[in-house]
Amino acid sequence: MATPVLDKVEAESAASPYITVTFRIRRFNPEISDEAIWEDFRIDIDPKERVLDGLHKIKWDLDGSLTFRRSCAHGICGSDAMRINGKNRLACKTLIKDINPEKPITVEPIKGLTVLKDLVVDMEPFFQAYRDVMPFLITEGNEPTRERLQSPEDRERFDDTTKCILCAACTSSCPVFWNDGQYFGPAAIVNAHRFIFDSRDEAGEQRLEILNDRDGVWRCRTTFNCTDACPRGIEVTKAIQEVKRALITRRF
Amino acid sequence: MSLNKEATDATAIGDVEGVTLYDVDHPAPVIEAPRKRTKKTPKATRGNFEMYGWLFMRLSGIVLVVLVLGHLLIQLVLDGGVSKIGFAFVAGRWASPFWQAWDLIMLWLAMLHGANGLRTIINDYAERDNTRFWLKMLLYTATVFTVLLGTLVIFTFDPNIR
Ligand code: HEM
Ligand code: SF4
Ligand code: FES
Repeated sequence: MATPVLDKVEAESAASPYITVTFRIRRFNPEISDEAIWEDFRIDIDPKERVLDGLHKIKWDLDGSLTFRRSCAHGICGSDAMRINGKNRLACKTLIKDINPEKPITVEPIKGLTVLKDLVVDMEPFFQAYRDVMPFLITEGNEPTRERLQSPEDRERFDDTTKCILCAACTSSCPVFWNDGQYFGPAAIVNAHRFIFDSRDEAGEQRLEILNDRDGVWRCRTTFNCTDACPRGIEVTKAIQEVKRALITRRF
Repeated sequence: MSLNKEATDATAIGDVEGVTLYDVDHPAPVIEAPRKRTKKTPKATRGNFEMYGWLFMRLSGIVLVVLVLGHLLIQLVLDGGVSKIGFAFVAGRWASPFWQAWDLIMLWLAMLHGANGLRTIINDYAERDNTRFWLKMLLYTATVFTVLLGTLVIFTFDPNIR
């Protein structure tokens, strides 16, 4: 148990990789005030660490009341989408060195959803839209005795949209969603796309009809915010356009 | 322990720090999402209206590129620019069915295109249902009035009027 002490001494004598970074965090606590405020935290951190590590440092060492969601910490659960320096990203996939640590790093909750506390928003409207597009395999007739076969080409057709982790970075970057929570939003369309273009699924027609709604794909204005925001690199706008095209070619 | 608890209860934040409006039992109201989906939210719409609207914006846009740019060119650039425009110039152009048709199509397409575009914007920005309804009524009235008046003028234009 003497080793850690030794390590520490050694680390201090070596050139420190740490730099001082200011985190400017949007705080909201309804049990104290109805106003959200900016609060600055200065921490020493290795620039090769991630924004999530910075938030951890703050929560664990400086202010335990800082509230945010994270689970996997490795970009796969979709819990920690937040607006970092004005752009929606996953805190666990954003390196400090990539977002100019010279200036204060702003961290806000994603927009367009009700803020419950600090960086935690109410995701219910987002998941409601997701449920509305029936994101599960629907088939008719008897079940096959073995797996439902699919050619590699058929699988490739919707490969991009299988990567979604439901982080809401896209939907909460969309201006149409901001000023009107009624729009299904890019994430719901991406997840509908995943089944509409799956050769094994038989409810594509129903899903297209759902997205033909007044608040469906036609509200998309092709701003590409969603494609820019997606931490999984999904071509979100392209998926939306493909659903639009499917709706039009189905009619004509 | 119980004494401790009493002490905390007695010194609720209010006593120490003056009046606070919100505490654990009375949290501040959170800001609801712009238009939360409730039981009163209209059910899904049937029909292809929005799809035709979307298609119309693209198709009319393509035609408008030719009509509007051609119009601007003729009116403002060619042949002496804007100073040549006068009653005689208009009368001369509308003597030809070709320019009558050009202006008529441009009027209808631009008005319907612009009106549908504004409808989109009103749907986006109006916060209350009432505001949205009345803004749209104003828009539709203005559109119908302008389209009808323009059409009337193109068809009944009389070059000999004094
Ligand atoms: C010059 C040729 C034009 C083209 C190619 C064109 C094309 C388009 C397209 C494709 C849209 C739909 C945008 C979207 O859904 O995201 C649009 C929207 C719109 N257009 Fe045009 N347009 C033209 C001329 C006009 C004219 C002359 C007017 C006015 C009378 C007009 C007013 C509008 C408005 C108000 C919108 C809605 C803007 C929005 O959705 O944010 N446009 N236009
Ligand atoms: S499409 Fe991308 S940005 Fe949108 S919810 Fe899925 S993973 Fe997140
Ligand atoms: S914590 Fe799981 S995606 Fe970032």
